[in-house]
Amino acid sequence: MTDAVSKPMLEVSDLHGYYGKSHVLHGVNLHVDAGEIVCLLGRNGVGRSTTAKAVMGQVLARGSVRFKGREILGMKAYEIARLGIGLVPENRDIFPDLTVRQNLMLGVKDPRAQLRGECRWSIDDMYALFPRLKERDSTPGGVLSGGEQQMLTLCRTLMGDPDFVMIDEPTEGLAPKIVELVGEFLQEVRKRGISILLIEQKLAIALDISERLYLMGHGRIVFEGTPADLKNNAAIRKEWLEV
Amino acid sequence: MEFIVISLLNGITYGLLLFMLSSGLTLIFSMMGILNFAHASFYMLGAYFAYQISTLVGFWPGLLVAPLLVGAVGAAIECYGLRRAHRFGHVAELLFTFGLAFVVEEVVHLIWGKVAVDYRIPAELDGTLFTLFDTSFPIYKGFMMLISVGMLVALYALLTRTRIGLIIQAALTKPDMVEALGHNVPRIFMLVFGGGTALAGLAGVIGGNAFVTEPGMAAAVGSIVFVIVVVGGLGSLGGAFVASLLIGCIQTFSVGLTISITDVFALIGVQLPEGSQVARLTITQMAPVLPYLLMVAILIFRPRGLMGARES
Repeated sequence: MTDAVSKPMLEVSDLHGYYGKSHVLHGVNLHVDAGEIVCLLGRNGVGRSTTAKAVMGQVLARGSVRFKGREILGMKAYEIARLGIGLVPENRDIFPDLTVRQNLMLGVKDPRAQLRGECRWSIDDMYALFPRLKERDSTPGGVLSGGEQQMLTLCRTLMGDPDFVMIDEPTEGLAPKIVELVGEFLQEVRKRGISILLIEQKLAIALDISERLYLMGHGRIVFEGTPADLKNNAAIRKEWLEV
Repeated sequence: MEFIVISLLNGITYGLLLFMLSSGLTLIFSMMGILNFAHASFYMLGAYFAYQISTLVGFWPGLLVAPLLVGAVGAAIECYGLRRAHRFGHVAELLFTFGLAFVVEEVVHLIWGKVAVDYRIPAELDGTLFTLFDTSFPIYKGFMMLISVGMLVALYALLTRTRIGLIIQAALTKPDMVEALGHNVPRIFMLVFGGGTALAGLAGVIGGNAFVTEPGMAAAVGSIVFVIVVVGGLGSLGGAFVASLLIGCIQTFSVGLTISITDVFALIGVQLPEGSQVARLTITQMAPVLPYLLMVAILIFRPRGLMGARES
């Protein structure tokens, strides 16, 4: 464990990202250590989702992204996923015509390892955590409520047994009670040894569950610190977060 | 009655053959977002490959080998051609498939010449399956039906009962998400393209000797297949199936109907003025234009097709 702590799980340095010709990320630096929940805060459009997509190999980027010490920038998205990175996208991207169970099965990268019980999670684990999904087992994903879809997309990514997940705005548009449920679930995920990069806009959940947080503005990191640091720094909150 | 039953059987046979072509085209479209203009060229390649194989070792090995060869050619073209063109956008991809259709046609000219080749129905399948009233139904048509239905069942089972089918279904709508879950989507694209072209090749193997194997066969069937995917709804397998049978039946029924436009209007109580050239055209004469009329009508009244999901 000490060895894992000394070496960051994910290390992003001087990351530049592009959508076509527009330059969206201007040298992002951040790191996530093993077993940490790190929050990436910021207003809409400052490049938080783009950062996650760049790590996942889904946008054109340069700079450096190291995962468990290995350079992954330039690899294909499926190769990056197979190294143990999961992305839960903001729009949730449920497969609408497939059932809840089929959606979960698609999260599995290696069906044989899953059958041998070598993965951290099974479909039954997910159903135990979210009984609501079990009730909806044979329902097409497209007709689930927003909260159910959020659970499903989280569970689907975890079925691939990642060591590190990036979760983009999981609480957006959800009722307070479900936000609480998501927060508890993320703690449970961390307990099983998975590091999390949580992209959020809501300060409350970020301050509540994360060890460290980064604040983004105009495509770069403008603040780094603990939740307490941010609580005490009203000026930076006002400039980069509050509307 | 006899006319109806026989035409229906012929229409279904032809429709199933068309579905073998349109199913691949529509799968490729929904996955990659491009209409493959060269799709019917793979149908032609299937027929020529089968002809070549039949001159060497007979019809039966060709039934298996020719579609596999066509599929391999298709997969290679996706991997080394289309994937590169994809980086430059949809227009580049469209132009690529457009050019490919001409390349295939010219290559066929070079190798097999400009006239039809003698690709025949094997002797053991030549003959009459049954005679209904006075009209005979050939064994080979029954064989075509058997192969088509077998293909249909296999395709359905593959898509709904296997893991790879599940991945394909998911990649049809959200390829980026599927890739982020750790599935090799570029390889899935290649498999679907290869599989779709192999189906077109199989259609060529059993259609080439039922009709004619000549360099114009791709163009002849290509436009009909486009009509089918538009009428059925772009990207809809179910729609392609219904539209294939519909177009198959329209074509076989219309060539058998010798009544004229005047007669048709008379049926609904409208008397057309005598002497007009157009009014004296028979349905048979109009047969080639009917599928296109249907397509235009669909585009006007139901632009997303019979069973298409998307509006555009």
